[in-house]
Amino acid sequence: MNHLMPTIELSPPRPQQPIRTVALIGPPNSGKTTLFNRLTNLRQKVGNYPGITVEQHTGIILLPGHEVAVVDLPGVYSLDPHSEDERVAVTVLSGGMNGVPRPDAVLLVLDATNLARQLTLAAPVIALGLPTLALLNMGDLLAKRGGSIDAVKLAGELGIPVAIVSATQGTGLSAVENFLRQANEPGRTTTLPLVQDFRECRRWAAEVARQSDYLAPLPPAWTRRLDDLVLHKVWGPLVFMIVVGAVFQTVFGIGQPLSNALQGLLADLGQKAGSFISNGFLRSLLLDGIWKGVSAVLVFLPQILVLFLFIGLLEDSGYLARAALIADRTMHSVGLNGKAFIPLLSAYACAVPAIMASRTIENKRDRLATILVAPFMTCSARLPIYTLLIAAFIPERPVAGVLLGTRALAMLLLYVLGFVAATTTAKLLKSSILKSTAAPFVLELPEYRWPTLHSISLRLMDRARVFLQQAGTVILCVSVVVWGLINLPLHHGQPPELEQSVVARLGHFIEPAIHPLGFNWKIGVGLLTSVVAREVIVGTLGTLYGTDPATQSMSLQTALQHDLNFSGAMALLVFFAFAMQCTSTLAVVRRETNSWSWPMIQFIYMTALAFIAALIVNHALSVLN
Amino acid sequence: MADCVRLSDLELGESAVIEELALSVSERQFLTRFGFFVGAEVRCSRRAPLGDPIVYSLDGSEIALRAETARRILVSRVEAKR
Repeated sequence: MNHLMPTIELSPPRPQQPIRTVALIGPPNSGKTTLFNRLTNLRQKVGNYPGITVEQHTGIILLPGHEVAVVDLPGVYSLDPHSEDERVAVTVLSGGMNGVPRPDAVLLVLDATNLARQLTLAAPVIALGLPTLALLNMGDLLAKRGGSIDAVKLAGELGIPVAIVSATQGTGLSAVENFLRQANEPGRTTTLPLVQDFRECRRWAAEVARQSDYLAPLPPAWTRRLDDLVLHKVWGPLVFMIVVGAVFQTVFGIGQPLSNALQGLLADLGQKAGSFISNGFLRSLLLDGIWKGVSAVLVFLPQILVLFLFIGLLEDSGYLARAALIADRTMHSVGLNGKAFIPLLSAYACAVPAIMASRTIENKRDRLATILVAPFMTCSARLPIYTLLIAAFIPERPVAGVLLGTRALAMLLLYVLGFVAATTTAKLLKSSILKSTAAPFVLELPEYRWPTLHSISLRLMDRARVFLQQAGTVILCVSVVVWGLINLPLHHGQPPELEQSVVARLGHFIEPAIHPLGFNWKIGVGLLTSVVAREVIVGTLGTLYGTDPATQSMSLQTALQHDLNFSGAMALLVFFAFAMQCTSTLAVVRRETNSWSWPMIQFIYMTALAFIAALIVNHALSVLN
Repeated sequence: MADCVRLSDLELGESAVIEELALSVSERQFLTRFGFFVGAEVRCSRRAPLGDPIVYSLDGSEIALRAETARRILVSRVEAKR
């Protein structure tokens, strides 16, 4: 029985070396990330731990004379390695994580307003035997709400130094510097509960808090009052819809025009710079290959930043958890959880920021399911090909008076199609390979807080960097490869006409495979070039039909009507509704899942679905005609 | 424990002590992290506008569970204090 040996005695070892690496650990909602940002400012790096999806944040604390590396561990309630996050924390702390030096010391961050509970984590952390400093974060809030703690007594109880700090205000942080400089002073003996027994630790935590004269603060009156409104039966959903509408409107109405403007600006810049290069092939490589690739990466930034600005505001203020609570019932019916709502909604603008935003979903399987279905939502890159084909093949007739015409109805059906594919896939995934049996949905409603500019701007920079470094490189490479396919082989040192290029040969090569869908080789070329981005197919078809003598004089619409029959055109629409024609999305999925297998599975699944659906549509419509 | 009820059956404002978690070991371990273990006192503090999930207060935190989870946690009601 565990209870037979309730305590262990230990005295922390005395390190001889100066501290080089310190680990930052704390429960979720302890303000750990804000503190990490405070301590390191912009001296941060972000990556993934090898083989898993947990992000690795490291930074540098500058001390007079030397630098200390800080490893920001994921938020955990205990060090029992049951979840991926806890396993990471334990492995890093024990020095077993590849590429992360064993920490010489630990900074333990605890929410001072919830100390009796948060102290639970202190037991297993202190038991590691590393020099540890306990940081009671949100000390300002504790005092403001009438709570108090005797830090000296607490330090005595825990056997480690304790400091009261406020990460948002930046107060009390000199204690960290002092600790990092003097952490090799002798440790004290302390009494700990058996750390494997969570309940035992919790009882111990409550007792330690009592012994240290911890006076819990008054319940957060404002939070309760605000929740009465925000979670009200009638007003709650109304506030939710206003907030969600604002997010959607901003991503669509501001992020997208910004992206378009940036694209125009970058194209102009490229043109201007290109006029200085006389060699045609070199200019094409630099301009259409590399510079276009760079632009293809950069144009996502406005949307990512706008979405993350909102997510930052919602998450830091505490509303995101309430929004998830309201949306959960609906999202649960398709097998996802409430936190998937905002990512999926923003996928209507673009799957790239949406997939990055799915990081707010703590449950790994729910997050993966959300990532895998997000690209089915009708993103704005599908609209150019949708509008082109609908305008070319669907005659405008009223369906419901002036309210709805055939063309609008077709567009609406395509949106519905994407939504149905997403929800059905989510249900399928959640009832099979991504079934969460171990972790029921639990949502902690944190106290409302004012978001700070400092924390939000650091978050934006963090996401921009992650995207540019870890997804941008893949997008750039693919853009250059596709450019090569279009511009090779050279004829007398000049790039070939599109019909003679490698990509055209590939188009001819895949024609037998796509012929059953009602597509010719030109569409095949469009499918190949549009892996860079879906809207590229419109430009490619424009070039192909524009250089073909038979269709040269026609507009693209008329040329398509000539070359493609109705059932083939409808099949192409359905193909684009389902297919994963987007390298940027694949690159982001690879980054967020930290593996190539998920984006590959996703690509194969979506392409297969698109192929089969297009095949059925083409045949069914051909038979009907 | 004749007067055991499901956690999901608590009315708003009612408090109860957890008696049993009829869940798998891993689910139990997971919920323990948030304070749901035998002997813990919880209060039903609100419901989401659509009725599910349900928010519980325990140890000063507000934690929401889906009704499907709360249904499998057995509690005994505590007479309202004060």
